[in-house]
Amino acid sequence: MTAYLLRRLGQSAVLIFLIASLVALFIQLLPGDPAYIIVGETNATPERIAAVRRELGLDRPLYVQYLDWISSVLRGDLGTSLTSKRPIAPDLAKRIPRTFELIAASMVLALMIGIPGGVIAARFRNRAPDYLASLFSMLWISTPVFVTGTLLVLIFGVKLRLFPATGYVDFGDDPIGHLRRLVLPAVTLALLDSAVILRMTRSSLLEVLGEDYVRTARAKGLSERRVLFGHSLRNALIPVVTIVGLQVGTLLGGTVLVEFIFNWPGISSYLIAAINQRDYPAIQAVILVIASLFVLINLLTDLLYAVIDPRVKYG
Amino acid sequence: MAERSRTRSSHRHTFQRQGTLSSFAQAALAPVGRPSVSTLHRLIRNPRVVVPGAVLSLIVLMAVLAPWVSPHDPYLMDTSIQLQGPSWAHPFGTDEYGRDLLARVIFGARSSLVIAVASVVLATALGMTLGVIGGYFGGFWEMVTMRTVDVLLTIPPILLAISVVAFLGPSRINLIGVIALLYSTRFARLSFASTLQIKQREFVVATRVIGARTPYIVRTAILPNILAPIFVQMSLSLGFAILVESGLSFLGLGTPPPEPTWGNLIGVGRGFMHQSAWYVLWPSLAISTTILCCNMLGDGLRDSLDPRLRH
Repeated sequence: MTAYLLRRLGQSAVLIFLIASLVALFIQLLPGDPAYIIVGETNATPERIAAVRRELGLDRPLYVQYLDWISSVLRGDLGTSLTSKRPIAPDLAKRIPRTFELIAASMVLALMIGIPGGVIAARFRNRAPDYLASLFSMLWISTPVFVTGTLLVLIFGVKLRLFPATGYVDFGDDPIGHLRRLVLPAVTLALLDSAVILRMTRSSLLEVLGEDYVRTARAKGLSERRVLFGHSLRNALIPVVTIVGLQVGTLLGGTVLVEFIFNWPGISSYLIAAINQRDYPAIQAVILVIASLFVLINLLTDLLYAVIDPRVKYG
Repeated sequence: MAERSRTRSSHRHTFQRQGTLSSFAQAALAPVGRPSVSTLHRLIRNPRVVVPGAVLSLIVLMAVLAPWVSPHDPYLMDTSIQLQGPSWAHPFGTDEYGRDLLARVIFGARSSLVIAVASVVLATALGMTLGVIGGYFGGFWEMVTMRTVDVLLTIPPILLAISVVAFLGPSRINLIGVIALLYSTRFARLSFASTLQIKQREFVVATRVIGARTPYIVRTAILPNILAPIFVQMSLSLGFAILVESGLSFLGLGTPPPEPTWGNLIGVGRGFMHQSAWYVLWPSLAISTTILCCNMLGDGLRDSLDPRLRH
């Protein structure tokens, strides 16, 4: 286990280093001179361009820029934003918990819909509840997050006025208001994942229900309820756990659109704002942070899976 | 030829039973691979393939024939009829400049579908090349191709797409390129696994034994036999490609206005929800229907073509 843990940690570290190197090269990919693009066509004077080049450190040789970026990242310094003139790392640190709050809330919701839904679909296989569940999951898998989000805002925010359409208040300032604003974005993210979890629970449970030991349990006269919840569900949920881990990664991608729609001030909306303002140091920093979080979540999923299912070989 | 068969001693007895080598190879090659009449027949009779297939064809036809089927010019502005609901003259209503929404949704299909189809075709070509090379040659080539795929898979798709667009600009070519790169990983893994399986089958070994060259073997024995799962994956990927394209356009990072796409119609229409709900409803319906059909077609094809993958 220790060897496996160390190797997975090492792999993740190498991967994050590779991502950091790749991100460092991004600014070189810009078509044309980044300083020129940032200053803008209308007020581009040679002096202003030179000033921006100095500010970005683009006047130094490439390898110096690269080594400087890597060493700053290692020290936890992600550079300075061009628009706010503030260091990026503290701003991001404040936003990461908000993004994860959104992810956690939608994961809980998705599990609350997905697992019971999957159990019902498997229990009533090829009957009305099963068809209903598969229709529901097909529909949500096929609807883009931004469509769901926009329609929820339209129905619950604009037409029915049940929830504030967009916005954010700190939990400390207004706990109720904070939770009310969390509902719509969390539901938006949860619907897609509940569909994935439902499908996984259903097919995994059906597989387990066909096992010999389940037949034995039935043969010795246990009630269907005992068979389902006492013997089958636990085993059926093992693959679901992996899916949940992978889904946290997808959710992280989904927050890009959801934070944008609902003005949720997490890391993803910071990315979109940075792109719109051509704040290249900020874009680099956020991409690095999100990609690293993604790698870490995958690492945690693998480790959690090994802990939950002792049959998994640490290979 | 006799010499070659001796090098594969384990298979010699098979050939002796079958008579001449070439006839064995032909017999082994003939029944597999290319969609036979009975396969097509089975597909046509499966409503889970026919219904979504028909709806998708209709949507594609509508996009291709847009200039002829569209009731209005999608760029024609008329400030006297801004943000109207459905009417006889404008069945879907109008947008903030009084442009006809039905026309904009019909023309919007074009950008979304062109980008989706082009990127999936490119992803298939790229992924199959990587996968077949890795699977057929193994060893060094397996490491090069499959490790590249592993690294690509560690990056969240939408994030990679956004980064590329942020730095290279939102052009159609960039979008196609990045979506193709993202989804080539699925085709690479799929064709890698299938190739690995197929290349050990007797008819492939037989073809090699009779002295066929690698390109011939790949073309006649490997490719036809890995196509079924590839088709299924293409159908599913088409839905995802539309998802990514419309998501980027929605964020304002894809195809820029005034050219209509389903994504940017929703993105812009969102700002006018208080005045007219129809604006976002139509393109939402169009995207969801199209992706739903792609997914259903993929599932239907999987059931018909590849019973092993059935749940």
